[in-house]
Order: sequence, then structure tokens, then C-alpha cells
Amino acid sequence: MSTRPATLDTMRRLPEYLVIWVPLLLAAGHLISFALWTIWVSFTPSTLVPVTGWVGLRNYNAVLATRNWNIAFDNLLLFGTAFVLLSLLMGLGLAILLDQRIRGENVLRSIFLYPLALSFVVTGTAWSWLLNPGIGIQKLVNNLGWTSFRFDWLIDRDMAIWTIVIAAVWQSSGFAMALFLAGLRSVDADLVKAAQIDGAGPLRIYRRVILPVLWPITVTVVVIQLQFAITTFDLVRALTGGGPGIATQLPALVVYDFMFQRGLLGRGAAAAVLMLLTLLAVLLPYWAWRYVQHRRASRA
Amino acid sequence: MHRGAFTPGRAFVYAVVCLIAAAYLLPFAVVALNSLRTAEEIAQTSMIGWPQSWAFGNYAIAWDKFCVAQTCSGIQPYMANSALVTIPATIISTLLGAVAGYAVSLWRFPGDRWIYGIITIGIFLPQQMRLLPWTIVLRETALTNTLTGLVLIHTIQGLSFTTLFCRNYYVAIPQELMRAARIDGAGFFRIFWRIVLPLSPPILIVTVIWQFTHIWNEFLYGVTFTTGQQQPVTAALISLTAAVADVPQHGVQSAAVMIAALPTLLVYLFGGRYFVRGLTAGAVK
Repeated sequence: MSTRPATLDTMRRLPEYLVIWVPLLLAAGHLISFALWTIWVSFTPSTLVPVTGWVGLRNYNAVLATRNWNIAFDNLLLFGTAFVLLSLLMGLGLAILLDQRIRGENVLRSIFLYPLALSFVVTGTAWSWLLNPGIGIQKLVNNLGWTSFRFDWLIDRDMAIWTIVIAAVWQSSGFAMALFLAGLRSVDADLVKAAQIDGAGPLRIYRRVILPVLWPITVTVVVIQLQFAITTFDLVRALTGGGPGIATQLPALVVYDFMFQRGLLGRGAAAAVLMLLTLLAVLLPYWAWRYVQHRRASRA
Repeated sequence: MHRGAFTPGRAFVYAVVCLIAAAYLLPFAVVALNSLRTAEEIAQTSMIGWPQSWAFGNYAIAWDKFCVAQTCSGIQPYMANSALVTIPATIISTLLGAVAGYAVSLWRFPGDRWIYGIITIGIFLPQQMRLLPWTIVLRETALTNTLTGLVLIHTIQGLSFTTLFCRNYYVAIPQELMRAARIDGAGFFRIFWRIVLPLSPPILIVTVIWQFTHIWNEFLYGVTFTTGQQQPVTAALISLTAAVADVPQHGVQSAAVMIAALPTLLVYLFGGRYFVRGLTAGAVK
């Protein structure tokens, strides 16, 4: 082998290098350069087109001072918390129910999971009809005779954000269920039996055997659902369009608004970076936690 | 406590589960039923109701006659757009991801961990951080408002997921198998073709289903980078259902929603097991 000139060997292996490196570099390179470029734009005075120049934190201050962003961020806190808690509860509840060895489990599981296969545009549209007081649930109940019944959150500034919560929980609580169910199924039945023989009560078994399995899954579910909440865009566009007024704005809509509706690229980029920072506030502690868990597992 | 022992407690469990299942089915069932009701019937009652006369014609109108923003072509051209974006992007990103996942998992080379780490950033980096750069790239390559542009975006961005899926699957292939093959003189492609690919069908199905579902359902890039007749169906659906006509068209609009949702629902119906595996594989990373 060593007698053959190195260049010839390289030539022969060129297709191999190309196949390995072109996709890898495209995939990795676009992420790094795109992210860095957007961060850079957020510090420039760019409006309709990207321009060079340095304005420091001016774009960030401008974004943080807008009513639009502040409403969006308040909404995100409320929506994120409510959505994550409710889908955790739904997911865990459904997983526990399905784990009771019931008939038709496969069919039921498919029913709880099918919304995940739908696009948020479809979900949002379906719920916008159901929640529309003029044609949806309110109209149905009114027609049935209860004429004073009101269910008009969709057009109520204060309650509209809850329509997003309802649709989002409907769409993705099945995901939490799938993970919890897999966790419950991985609980060692022999371990539970052994504990029972040792005279451990249900509470003790729960704390010592089941909780250690479910707890890491809960963290994972929370992080993934928060990641979804922070980047929510389509669902709001289809369900409320951000309205009534700007009552259901979320950060992703504000970014889009700055970039493509008002032509303020610098501010749009700054809002995108603020979104990324929000996401990192969730992900960095999660990664640190996982690192510690991993270390502990490999030492044990 | 064997399956089927019937007690009041179990009756309660069944009642609760069935009630929740009904609630999960309801929103889509409402759309499905409305797609078979006439606009007049919906207007007289509400969106929630059983069809009195089956209006199958709604589907024909939604497919190629319904008007969106002055073009009366129905949903059919947008369905074609979505298919023309989703199918190539799914195939290309899956193939490239399989090779990339194979390279980083079974062929150690300098920097392999680094490059893999960077690629997985794509799992969480928000799309909003990539919108402006893609705008520039599409403009420079004259691909703005083209389906090719969307194929390019979805292929490259999909690589993060496809590489991750395949890499996590291929690391389980024993190194001894690789070593034996290399001693026999097999190179990069030969090993991929003879050893890795025959082991791959399960993960390739998971990856294809994942990519297909996500690209078909994607909305942000479609609405940002295409307009009018070039839009994928998710983007067109928003303008279609938001269209304020003189007379509400909820029956036809529901039929359009059904048509747009059908491809991913069919994939879910026939490949549900693999779909769920993709969901959890993405989560466990």
C-alpha cells in the first residue's frame, strides 16, 4: 500500500470523500453560518435589505419596547405554562388508563396519537370553526334551547389565548402519553412483585419503583413541549391569526411581522435571537442535567 | 388481575377512556361530516351536526373549482405542489442522511464527533434563525417562489433529523463486522451496500415517514418563500379558509381541509408504528 503514491490513493477515494463530506458540510455549515449571520444582522441597521454597520443593542431595545413583543412574551409565558402542564396531565392520565390492561388499547392509542399526524394548519382551522361562536359549539348549544350559553373565547381578548392552549393540548398530548406509556411498560414487573412480597405499600412502591422511571421522562416531555411552545407559529396563524387585535401574538409571529410585513430586518433578526435565547434558557439547564445523569449512570 | 375481569372500577376506566377518545375524535369528525353537508344546512344549524343530504359534490368543487384569491382552480394545484416538494425532499434527505449517519457512526475520521454535534443543533435551532439567510440564498440562486427552492430548504434542513435517526441506528452495528469486512478488502461503498443497507429498512421507513409528515405539514417556509400558484397546500389552505365569500362555504372548505390532511393521515394509518417510533427517537436524543 505504502508504495503507491498518496495522491493516487486520494484520487481513487475521491467519490468516497465527496459523499461523506458534501452532505456533512452542507448540514453543519448552513446551521453555523445561518445562525451567525442572523445574529450579525440583529446588530446592524438593516431595514428592507441587509446592510453593514453596527448599532449595538438598538434593535434589541426597540423590539423589547414594542407592545407587540411584550404581549407576545406574556402570552408565551401563559401559553407555555398552561400547555405544558395540561399536556403532561393529559398524557400521564391517558398513559395510566391505557396501562390498566384494557381491551382495544391499540385503537385507543391510535386515536390519542392521530392529531400528531395532522398539520397545525388543519388543527387550527378545525378548532377555529368549533370555537367560532357564530357557527361552532356555542351555536350548537344555543340551537338546543340554552339560548344564553356563551362560549366565545375566540373573539374575547382576554380568553383568546386559551383557545390556542386547547388546540395545542389536543394536538400534542398524545406525544406525552406515548412516552409515559413506554416508561410505565419499562417498569420491571418483578421488582414491583418483590416489593409487594416484602410488604411495601402502594405508596412506597410508587415512590421507589415507578417515580424513578417517570421522572426523567417528565423532564424530557416538558423540555420538548416548551420547545414547541416557544416556536409556535402555524397554529396561531390558522386559529386566531394573532387576534382579536394582537391579543394572541406569540414571538414567532412578531419575528415574521418585523421581517416580512414591516421590512425591518434588523429588528426581526433581534426578535429571532431573543427567541433563541428563550429556548436556550430551557435547553441549557436540560443539557446540564442530562450530562450529570449520564455521568452518574456511567459511574454506577 | 387478568384482562377482562369486569368490576365497577374497570367500568369506570373504560367510561373515562372512551369519553376522552370521543373528545379527541370530535374536531376531525366535525370537519369530516361538514365536508358532506351543504353550506345552507351548516348556516341554518351549526358546524356540528349529521348530514341531512350527503353533499359529495363538495369534494369535486374543493378539488378543482373553488376560488382562492381570484384563481378558481380548487385545491388541486396546491396538492400537486406539496407532492412535488415533499416527495423529492423526503427521498434525497433520507438517502443523504443514511450515508452521513453511516459515515459518522461506523467510519471514524478526524472531527467526526464535532461535525455530528453541529448537525444535531438543527434539531432545535428555530426556523426563525434561518429565515433571512434562506431568503438571501434563494434570491442569489434565483429559486425564490419555486418548488425547487422549497425542495432545497427541506432537503438540507432535513439532514439534521435523517442523520440523527440513521446514526443512532447504525452505532448498534458491531465494529467486528466492519473490521471483518475491511480485512476482506471492502471499501466505504461496498460495506454500505452489502452490510449497512440490508440492515436499514426499519430505520429508513421511520425516517421516510418522519420526513414526509413534517415536510407535507410544514407551513412557515411555504408561506414565506412562495406566493400564488406556487404555494404548498398548507399555505393555500389558510387563504382558502380565510376567504370571505358573499355566502359562507364551510362545506367546501371542510372538504378542502380533508383533502389536504389525507396524505399524512394515510401514512399514519398504515405506518403508525413507525411514525410513533420516529416521535420517540427524536425525543430520546
